[in-house]
Amino acid sequence: MAEIRNYTMNFGPQHPAAHGVLRLVLEMDGEVIERADPHIGLLHRATEKLVETKIYSQSIGYMDRLDYVSMMCNEHAYVSAIEKLLEIDVPLRAQYIRVLFDEITRILNHLLWLGTHALDVGAMSIFLYCFREREELMDCYEAVSGARLHATYYRVGGVNRDLPDSMPKYEKSKWHNAKEVAKLNENRQGTLLDFIWDFTERFPGRVDEYETLLTDNRIWKQRTVGIGVVSQERALQLGFTGPMLRGSGIAWDLRKKQPYEIYDRMDFDIPIGTNGDCYDRYLVRIEEMRQSNRIIRQCVEWLKKNDGEIIADNHKVAPPDRVSMKDDMESLIHHFKFFTEGFCVPKGEVYSCIEHPKGEFGVYLVSDGANKPYRLKIRPPGFAHLSALDEMSRGHMLADVVAIIGTQDIVFGEIDR
Amino acid sequence: MSFSLQNVSDRLKEDFGDSIVNCVEHHGELTVEVAAGDLLKICQVLRDHEYYACEQLIDVCGVDYLLYGLDDSSVAPEQSSPNRFAVIYHLLSIKHNRRLRLRVFLDTDLPVVDSVVDIWSVANWFEREAFDLFGIIFEGHPDLRRILTDYGFVGYPFRKDFPISGHVETRYDPEKKRVVYEPVSIEPRILTPRIIREDGFGG
Repeated sequence: MAEIRNYTMNFGPQHPAAHGVLRLVLEMDGEVIERADPHIGLLHRATEKLVETKIYSQSIGYMDRLDYVSMMCNEHAYVSAIEKLLEIDVPLRAQYIRVLFDEITRILNHLLWLGTHALDVGAMSIFLYCFREREELMDCYEAVSGARLHATYYRVGGVNRDLPDSMPKYEKSKWHNAKEVAKLNENRQGTLLDFIWDFTERFPGRVDEYETLLTDNRIWKQRTVGIGVVSQERALQLGFTGPMLRGSGIAWDLRKKQPYEIYDRMDFDIPIGTNGDCYDRYLVRIEEMRQSNRIIRQCVEWLKKNDGEIIADNHKVAPPDRVSMKDDMESLIHHFKFFTEGFCVPKGEVYSCIEHPKGEFGVYLVSDGANKPYRLKIRPPGFAHLSALDEMSRGHMLADVVAIIGTQDIVFGEIDR
Repeated sequence: MSFSLQNVSDRLKEDFGDSIVNCVEHHGELTVEVAAGDLLKICQVLRDHEYYACEQLIDVCGVDYLLYGLDDSSVAPEQSSPNRFAVIYHLLSIKHNRRLRLRVFLDTDLPVVDSVVDIWSVANWFEREAFDLFGIIFEGHPDLRRILTDYGFVGYPFRKDFPISGHVETRYDPEKKRVVYEPVSIEPRILTPRIIREDGFGG
């Protein structure tokens, strides 16, 4: 009889289902995984070291590039850490804007996750459906910050600028005649808030569409039910946070338990799973999108009624506006100092975390009183999740590894930093 | 100090006595400085005892205090302090909705600390990362390999004496028909100097 041996298989870093640059070394017994050893760091840019060489305000843009599918949430964790050390308050309107965009970001992230996860498992059309809605949300990003992905919109003490009064509109081209353009621009006649409101009216119906495609789909259930099961005890041990923890049945959400900004004024529910498998985590994230939609509606309602400052009125940490610089000497000096030397942050250390779409995204900031961070440690949720891949995939088939990578919602920008 | 954190702080001192070097609260966060030798014992209690119930280890990271409190105009000290490195542990108790930060200072020449992998499985990769970036050795770790840097990387990049541009650069050599490593050709430069202002600067 021929000798049967385990063999080692390389998965990635160029594999389309590896979600970026994951290199997996798999020890296989036939088609069954004996051991999975993820090799990461192919996208390591030493962000934490780079920010030590830059003044605080220059590093906000780096944060976008960590988890590059939930950009504003990363910025949020970073600026809130600095605000905590500086002990400054953020104006109420800015807090609402931040929560509004955190939730838009959550939907953006979950849409990309859903599309790619389902695509990996073999469903093509859901990917196109998800990107249809992502397009509109990225238009919101663009309207408010000028960039569709790397927004750099949050600032220490608030946000960069107020919500715009008009939405950019499509123009006639050789692909779209006047009638088509008028139809495309139908929901873009009002302000950004009107546009978002219109989106939230339609979005629950769109989520129903995704669910029609997947939730009772026989193939989808065969590929996800009972795959990558994590018990409550193991989920805690393995450092799971966010939907991964809630999928295992632990009701833990920083927005509820340690509310930041104005989440304590928001009315929303936290979905949890029961079995801790890929299917439960799918259901949790789907429900999170519906809940995010609810939060967005509450924010839009408030923002339509209330006006106010969008950045703290403290010119040590926030630049003065352009108009006052024209005739106010002091503003000019503040502006110059702010953009050249930056501001000094008092000695101390803080850990600030937010409920990122992927889990708990934390920033540990050590300052020695200088105008640059002394040490910044980013706590990426995906890093802890990916380290559990070995345990989650043992005994499963090769094809299930793809489903597990998908369910972990891996993005290498944040894992490799 | 807020009431509940004060209680935790008192309780820690009561339970562990001299093992707790220091216990301070800042910005509503409790930082506990622990002697390196007692780390495992304390962590075990923090996880298992009902009063602490820190089920989750959120983060482990290294810090290099070599240049702490120095700006670009000050002269670097000739002798670094005996406790140059520290490992920071962020714990979370889901039961009590409470966070706790542990800090362990390590020896400068041989930074070694016990691994907490057996207490929290998640520590595995976080400790590998601290080893990779700072050269901190975690005794008892099952698989202490580099994790983020390249295969065959030399040095510990996040130490403060490691230049931001690194030591080597790489390019393809058409004559040798392979990728070669050479010393970096970039001159180090500082665009914005690092400045520490005295308290109350500028009003």
